[in-house]
Amino acid sequence: MGAAAGVDLMEFLADVADWFLTADNWSGGDGILSRTFEHIRLSAFSVALAALVAIPPALWLGHTGRGGFLAVSIVNIGRAVPSFAIVALALPFTIELAQAGILSSGLGFAPTFLALFALAIPPIFTNTYTGVREVDRGMIEAGRGMGLTERQILTQIELPVAAPLMLAATRVAAVQVVATATLGALVAWGGLGRYIIDGFAQQDNVEVMAGAILVAGLSIATELAFVAVERLTVPEGIRRSAADQVAGAKAV
Amino acid sequence: MILAQQEPPWFRWSWVFDHLDDIWARTQEHIALTAIAVGLGLVISLVLSAVAIRFRRSYTPITWVAGVMYTIPSLALFALLVPVTGLTTLTAEIGLVSYTLLILIRNIVAGIDGVPAEVKEAAIGMGYTRRRMFFEIELPLALPVIVAGIRIAAVTIVGLVTVTALIGQGGLGFFILRGLNSFFNTQIVVGTVLSVALAVTIDLALVLAERALTPWAQRRAST
Repeated sequence: MGAAAGVDLMEFLADVADWFLTADNWSGGDGILSRTFEHIRLSAFSVALAALVAIPPALWLGHTGRGGFLAVSIVNIGRAVPSFAIVALALPFTIELAQAGILSSGLGFAPTFLALFALAIPPIFTNTYTGVREVDRGMIEAGRGMGLTERQILTQIELPVAAPLMLAATRVAAVQVVATATLGALVAWGGLGRYIIDGFAQQDNVEVMAGAILVAGLSIATELAFVAVERLTVPEGIRRSAADQVAGAKAV
Repeated sequence: MILAQQEPPWFRWSWVFDHLDDIWARTQEHIALTAIAVGLGLVISLVLSAVAIRFRRSYTPITWVAGVMYTIPSLALFALLVPVTGLTTLTAEIGLVSYTLLILIRNIVAGIDGVPAEVKEAAIGMGYTRRRMFFEIELPLALPVIVAGIRIAAVTIVGLVTVTALIGQGGLGFFILRGLNSFFNTQIVVGTVLSVALAVTIDLALVLAERALTPWAQRRAST
């Protein structure tokens, strides 16, 4: 139902406001609070695990200067493969794993997590690599001249210098993951996407709109939270250049 | 919803051969949705960039608004529009166009800022008007940076078009969604592979277009 006329639209927005003011919509297992928490929890878990997996090899490759082509391509590949397709492709995998008895269920959590984890890797990997690669050669030579071991050069020079870009990359990954978690509703996961997908299915525009507001709000909040952390931890000039340099894909 | 066939193999070529017409039609739809979004996005971005360059103070608010739109997940943005504009191509295009703005405006402004001051001074000395300088000097010299932006925007939009399947559009995303709903992997794979192939093809086409449009860059590279 398209509420094109102004009066209809005002009524519609009043209905949406009512939806948010209804206490029942906030509480319980499928209430706003628990779905928001579920959405944040899975997103945080996926990004954290992706960082854990992507950062060590990226640091090492960046330090040795090997694998440059791979590191640069991986973010482009990540951009060309639609997140929607990644979620859709994760499902047959997890169903296969469930049939083999490895997973208890191939629906819901498993495909959503797999997709989000896969999505978060490219920006973190590529930017960590770039960050380490672009450390001033003079600094590294100076470190070597002072007798630092390769390991110390990595942990005491390259890692701290690359950290702002790595943080910016984590922000890009997190915003993308929070956005894509919305699509988890398509593979029977919960999260805030449920309101939109269920609303579409039931042609309930009020629920669709409410879900859209919640998802948009959470995405912007995620971005702002990372910006706040960057403001507190990274000096302004470095923050700017990290923001200009960071490579990532649009959050779906 | 079509129920799953028992033990479907990972990929069925027979399905592909039976649906070539359908696949071609959806591919064309995908290209059209992308071309309209990037084309309109480019026009709007050029105008907004011209404003941002003429009135420097407007750059921050313009990119701020474009940045907020860029941050809103596509499904949420489409969902925000559906109650107003319905399950239509218009809804899809409003969302898609708004996603090109941040990428394009940033690159256009950065590209034009990168034009050497002495070139501009020479143009002024030769009596170029502000407008003529913009179109004949600044824009051509900024082209490599602008094309870089168009490439990112185009590849991004090709991917995002798939999501519009959820609002009844979608081009190749239609296959991904139908495959997902019917547990039919072949359709998911077809939709994904063709979408990626389309992104790569458009990216290459833009590289070639840039080479054709900036012959001077070629000459410099070959000497």
